[in-house]
Amino acid sequence: MLGGAEEPADHTLSIRERLNRLDLEDLRGRARDAELELYSFGITFTVYTQKDVIDRILPFDVIPRVISAKAWETIETGVTQRVTALNLFLHDIYHDQKILKDGVVPKDLVLGNKNYCPQMEGIDVPFGTYVHINGTDLVRGDDGEFVVLEDNGRCPSGVSYVVENRHLMLRSFPDLMSNIGIRPVSNYGQKLHEALVDTAPAGVSDPQVVLLSPGTYNSAYFEHIFLAREMGVPLVEGSDLVVENDKVYMKTINGLDPVHVIYRRVSDDFLDPEVFNPDSVLGASGLMRAYAKGNVSLANAIGTGVADDKAVYAYIPRIIKYYMDEEPILANVDTHICREPEGLAYTLANLDKLVVKPVGESGGYGITIGPRASKRELEKCREDVSADPANYIAQPMINLSVCPTLTDDGIKARHVDLRPFAVTGRSTWVLPGGLSRVALTKGSIVVNSSQGGGSKDTWVLE
Amino acid sequence: MHRLLSRYAESIYWLARYVERAENLARILDVNETFSRDSRGWQNWRSILQINRDEERFFEHHDDADADSVIHFYTLDQRNVSSIISAVNLARGNARTLRPLISTEMWIQLNMFSNTLKTMPREALSEPRLARFCNQVKEACQTHTGITEGTFYRDESWFFYQIGRAIERADQTTRLLDVKYHLLLPNEETVGSPLDVSQWNAVLRSAAGYHAFRRVQPSGMTQADVAGFLLFHSRFPRSVKACVHDISNRLSHLRSTYRLIGGAEALEELDELRSVLDDITIDQVIDKGLHEFIDWVQLKLIRIHSELGAAYFGYPALSEQGQAAD
Repeated sequence: MLGGAEEPADHTLSIRERLNRLDLEDLRGRARDAELELYSFGITFTVYTQKDVIDRILPFDVIPRVISAKAWETIETGVTQRVTALNLFLHDIYHDQKILKDGVVPKDLVLGNKNYCPQMEGIDVPFGTYVHINGTDLVRGDDGEFVVLEDNGRCPSGVSYVVENRHLMLRSFPDLMSNIGIRPVSNYGQKLHEALVDTAPAGVSDPQVVLLSPGTYNSAYFEHIFLAREMGVPLVEGSDLVVENDKVYMKTINGLDPVHVIYRRVSDDFLDPEVFNPDSVLGASGLMRAYAKGNVSLANAIGTGVADDKAVYAYIPRIIKYYMDEEPILANVDTHICREPEGLAYTLANLDKLVVKPVGESGGYGITIGPRASKRELEKCREDVSADPANYIAQPMINLSVCPTLTDDGIKARHVDLRPFAVTGRSTWVLPGGLSRVALTKGSIVVNSSQGGGSKDTWVLE
Repeated sequence: MHRLLSRYAESIYWLARYVERAENLARILDVNETFSRDSRGWQNWRSILQINRDEERFFEHHDDADADSVIHFYTLDQRNVSSIISAVNLARGNARTLRPLISTEMWIQLNMFSNTLKTMPREALSEPRLARFCNQVKEACQTHTGITEGTFYRDESWFFYQIGRAIERADQTTRLLDVKYHLLLPNEETVGSPLDVSQWNAVLRSAAGYHAFRRVQPSGMTQADVAGFLLFHSRFPRSVKACVHDISNRLSHLRSTYRLIGGAEALEELDELRSVLDDITIDQVIDKGLHEFIDWVQLKLIRIHSELGAAYFGYPALSEQGQAAD
């Protein structure tokens, strides 16, 4: 809500005025109502610790994060450009591999990547769309510019909170929101459904879309329910699906019904025990055969993990240039690749200034924040990186921007990031706004929900 | 519109069953509490365990059958699969699976109800408050029923919901009658005594049937009257006959409306049960033994359940289920 300097940004003036009319007690009262509603709804995610499995609500901060129309335009075009490049890259590496032959991206980085899927070679997907749903994690550095922290092109989650947070705000703060001109987010389900229908196998006139979930114990199960409801499609589990003659069916009360498009929230490894993890009960045996024959579409496609890998991330600006002959609209954070000798040397020499991330992990696990780490933690990090350099990248510490946030000590500045969601069928559409995650602990820059982060409604102004 | 998934059909059927079960557990617990007092009003908590044949399971975790432990065992003990809280948790678990299908209002009410029970302190259930707790459970279950009636989309799943509820209700009414049977067993001479009549009175009340019964029969009350009413009175919604007719009608309607292939075997079982319930008199039942008759009805209901499972839920065919039906 603040501008680049110390002054609050102009576009938030009328919202700040309205917020000023509410006293702290009123604000707290409405925040309590909102959290009670989350609890009643059972809008929860699941945290797995060594001992327990706990259902928690995602803490919700009632002070919205506001993005001007102009800033949004940059994000929207930048995200679209990036998703386009990711899809072109995936098509290329699973077909002619021109970008590898031209030496723009190191061959072994792609072909030796554990997320590279040889079974995808030569398979054509409708419209060349591999990444139907993409979440791009953005942060604002000291200069106020949004930069890309990472891409999430496998099964990015969080969009349900974007829509539910808006519903909560509309109920809790109708007075704050009227006549402001906030771009709506409630049509996400319809847009997603359109994109999935777009990418159905050729020749199917009225495709049956389903959402495949690992089941009620998955940490994002609430979101699966939400999206299935918004799209009006069946929420299926692996045990509901069966493949016969390379076609996919679901088991109904009247026998088997055909399935044409699967929005799957099950990771590649578990999709088909015939081809991938043989112990999986979360997918369906024979799914890959049906997919390879073009009888069923999967969103996202199999094997997209190679494009959102933290190591490949460093090459995305060059990938954009290579396929699209454009400069990246959204910049990357400087990234040192420890698999490369210079990157490793620089990282080890500057451990205390860098954020070191394992490339295979997600959810903020295994990250070492150099400037905040103890001597012992830094030594541990040095050992880990030296033992397996290819598993790590390092980035300078970005001083994430802050937003006013309601805390026990009143309204205070807390660090935030932003994950806009892009949906791609025939073309790409970006949901106006996205998930703003906020680190509720003072000074913290870890916004992940599994590590004490909360979320805010994100308003893109018209 | 796509066809209903087998897994959802099974889930909605069980959702209805578990809510109905929770409601009836509260009803039976309430009446048990009355029964287990002797003629001078002394409470023997151990007899409740005996009635329900739960002694073995109970003493796995307890040393004494005192009031507090026994009440807790049947209400808030999550280790006991047949406690009220277990039924509600199972209902909530099915509702969670069914979130894409059921109304948000249905989900919120069940989720809140389950949370209320989970956080309820043991003291809330001490002996004098048991009746209040049972009422609270009944009301929450009836609220669920009302919300469902008012908000649930009427497709195939609505039929499975109704069938599940009716089959559970029929089963629970037979159990309620059986509770009374077990208590009467030791001394036949108490039949017709003031205590006996007051106990039949309590059975009727626990099934919310006292006033309905009195409309049919303004004076007098014998074992045959009450058992006959709860088994065969077709206009009383908790009677076994009313429930079985309901299941049968809804199943026929479901099959014809949605042109379903399976389900003929379940209908055959229902027809057989129906014709017995239509033809037999309460005197014939008592001659042959009320308990034996109730056992037979319960076995029939289990077979109907298994046939429904084989036809719609993906259970193995009954011929392959073997002993599972017992």
